Amino acid sequence: MDNAYRLIAGALTTMALATSAMVVLPYTEVHRLKAPEGLQPYSASELRGRQQYINLGCMTCHSQQPRGTESGVDGSRGWGRPSVPEDYVHDAPPLLGTMRTGPDLFNIGSRQPSIDWHLGHLYQPRAYVPGSNMPAFPFLFEHKAQAGEGERLVSLPEGAAPRTGVVVARPEALDLVNYLLALDRTYPAPQQ
Amino acid sequence: MSIPAILASTYIISILGLFVFIASLRKGGTQSRPDGGNVIFEPGEIGTVEDPSLDRPGRRALQDSLSATDGTGADPNARTDMSVRIEGDRSSRGVALALWGSATFWLLVGSIFGLISSIKLHHPDWLVNEAWLTFGRTRIVHLNAVAYGWTAMAALATATWMLPRLLRTPLRGAGFSYLGTVLWNIGLAAGLIYIATSGNEALEWLEIPWRIGVLFAIGGALIGVPLLKMLPRARVDHLYVSVWYIGAALFWFPILYLVAKMPGLHTGIEYATMNWWYGHNVLGYFFTPMALAAVYYLVPKVIGRPIRSYDLSLLGFWTLAFFYGQVGAHHLIGGPVPSWLVTLSIVQSVMMVIPVIAFSVNQHQTMRGHFGALAHSQVLRFVLFGAVMYTVSSVQGSMQALRFINNTTHFTHFTVAHAHLGMYGFVAMVLFGAAYFIMPRVLDVEWPRPRLISLHFYLVVGGFAVYLMLLSVGGWLQGTALLDASRPFIDSVTVTWPYLQGRSLGGLLMTLGHFVFAWHLCLMIGARLGLSRRRAVKPLPLSEI
Repeated sequence: MDNAYRLIAGALTTMALATSAMVVLPYTEVHRLKAPEGLQPYSASELRGRQQYINLGCMTCHSQQPRGTESGVDGSRGWGRPSVPEDYVHDAPPLLGTMRTGPDLFNIGSRQPSIDWHLGHLYQPRAYVPGSNMPAFPFLFEHKAQAGEGERLVSLPEGAAPRTGVVVARPEALDLVNYLLALDRTYPAPQQ
Repeated sequence: MSIPAILASTYIISILGLFVFIASLRKGGTQSRPDGGNVIFEPGEIGTVEDPSLDRPGRRALQDSLSATDGTGADPNARTDMSVRIEGDRSSRGVALALWGSATFWLLVGSIFGLISSIKLHHPDWLVNEAWLTFGRTRIVHLNAVAYGWTAMAALATATWMLPRLLRTPLRGAGFSYLGTVLWNIGLAAGLIYIATSGNEALEWLEIPWRIGVLFAIGGALIGVPLLKMLPRARVDHLYVSVWYIGAALFWFPILYLVAKMPGLHTGIEYATMNWWYGHNVLGYFFTPMALAAVYYLVPKVIGRPIRSYDLSLLGFWTLAFFYGQVGAHHLIGGPVPSWLVTLSIVQSVMMVIPVIAFSVNQHQTMRGHFGALAHSQVLRFVLFGAVMYTVSSVQGSMQALRFINNTTHFTHFTVAHAHLGMYGFVAMVLFGAAYFIMPRVLDVEWPRPRLISLHFYLVVGGFAVYLMLLSVGGWLQGTALLDASRPFIDSVTVTWPYLQGRSLGGLLMTLGHFVFAWHLCLMIGARLGLSRRRAVKPLPLSEI
């Protein structure tokens, strides 16, 4: 039994060390950060869109963390300045992502501000980016004979549009695009 | 306190802590034990092989090949008393069967979702009409099904089955294990359905919401109760190294999960550091120790020779415990997190070389001169393949943490390949070996078609080799393209297409192997229940070994 107590004491110690370094200390560093000037809280529609982004697993392929020149060339790709902890105060949790099967989206709203482009691209990515392996999201849209009142018509390039009728965006698609357009952290980084 | 001081002190505390613990182990009556590894053998048993997956001629061939290498065959006059082990095996049957059955089911579910996800990466317009089949969801379902369904439950099954043997006392509190198994299965099924139809928590490895996921923490803790009930009744003069690994892992997992899932506790960027504290520690503090415990038991058992250096195995345990805990932040390299944290993780990742070398040297020394046994024991093939992949994946992991390599591989499919090297090449392969060893004792019938074991082995090893090599190369090329500002982003996508197609082929072979395994297990259960036309053959009883 003596050994068993040592085992538990040792296991607790190593766990405590790891937890202080990786959970407690970072918490003390960031829990009182203020939102930078220029960063707006999300609107209701943007928040619903953020939920769509999470629920559809967008972050399995897209990151939201442009890095500095010491780690890559994100800046020259137009992905924005390196992100700082203050940029994420409205994100619980931040959607940093660990894959770049697709490009970083932290500033996609500034890079690509067209609603039409985003809607069409979600409907059929390959109509806009040949060689893309992003899934199409037809279930975010409706294929009808004609658009009803107040419905958002999706303008599609030739070849991607169905032969008859029209494609309209469901509310989920509009929320998602609103969220993507809100991804714009082009304001200057707050002074450290 | 300044940041470099924090960094230095965490590191120094780790090293000092390590020495203190090793010293205290030596002092408190636990002197160096050159023969500590003998505790898993009954008196007079050393030299006797045990591989229940073999039929009688196969076992004899294994025994003869080993006796020929060093002349230490079993003493034919000594009749080893196996009553403790027989009693132990009998006590753990039901729990082991429940956990293995569940694990095998989730292995098939997870493999199918993995294969679908893999194909979708090169057929992006396939199965796109349903939200629950979109790539972002199938990939997360795959991860959770194989990690928490297959790997976790197979590891818990192996541990629960080994404990009565390791402690030389029958399993106690089996009711807690059954309840834990049920809760774990309910939590997983509900969690996967939730991910596929509704959403997730946006943290990798922690996608299942806490209201459901809390069942894992409770279930895991319940499955750990029998260990606590058995420890005071252990009939051994010291705890074998496998018990250290299992005990620590069963203790660590509920803490990890509860802290990670505590609602309202986390904030902002700390979510990300917590995410990788959990994400890497569930590997280092749960899956890895559970699989290592199996290796430390199964290899000596199959070849009938104790581990070469028992002291080295304990050193390996404590260095793993002290260094592994802080390696996770290398997943955040270049990200918006304190840079001291990433540096700390990189340092500890490199220190991980110590426990890995301690383990690898020890296993190699134990096997030296006995590699001929691989020709006879399928269990040994699976387990040693896994042990070698542990070394490879850990060394690769340490290298990958270094900034100049991490910059290229981060954000690419290379990381995915690395994850499979550890979780599949190492952990899953060891667990397959454990299943082949354990199930004949659990069901008291032989594996009905030994050739299916070979087929399983070659399918998964072949598929895994294809998977690993293609995805590593494709991921590296992807990373190179990502770092080259003169190439458009889409180059980093198109360069991976052929490799992603090849990966699907590898994944298909692995999935086929899993179906062979599951089918064989069904045949075995059918034989036990008398549903098969062929008469079930009982394995060689322990009393006749």
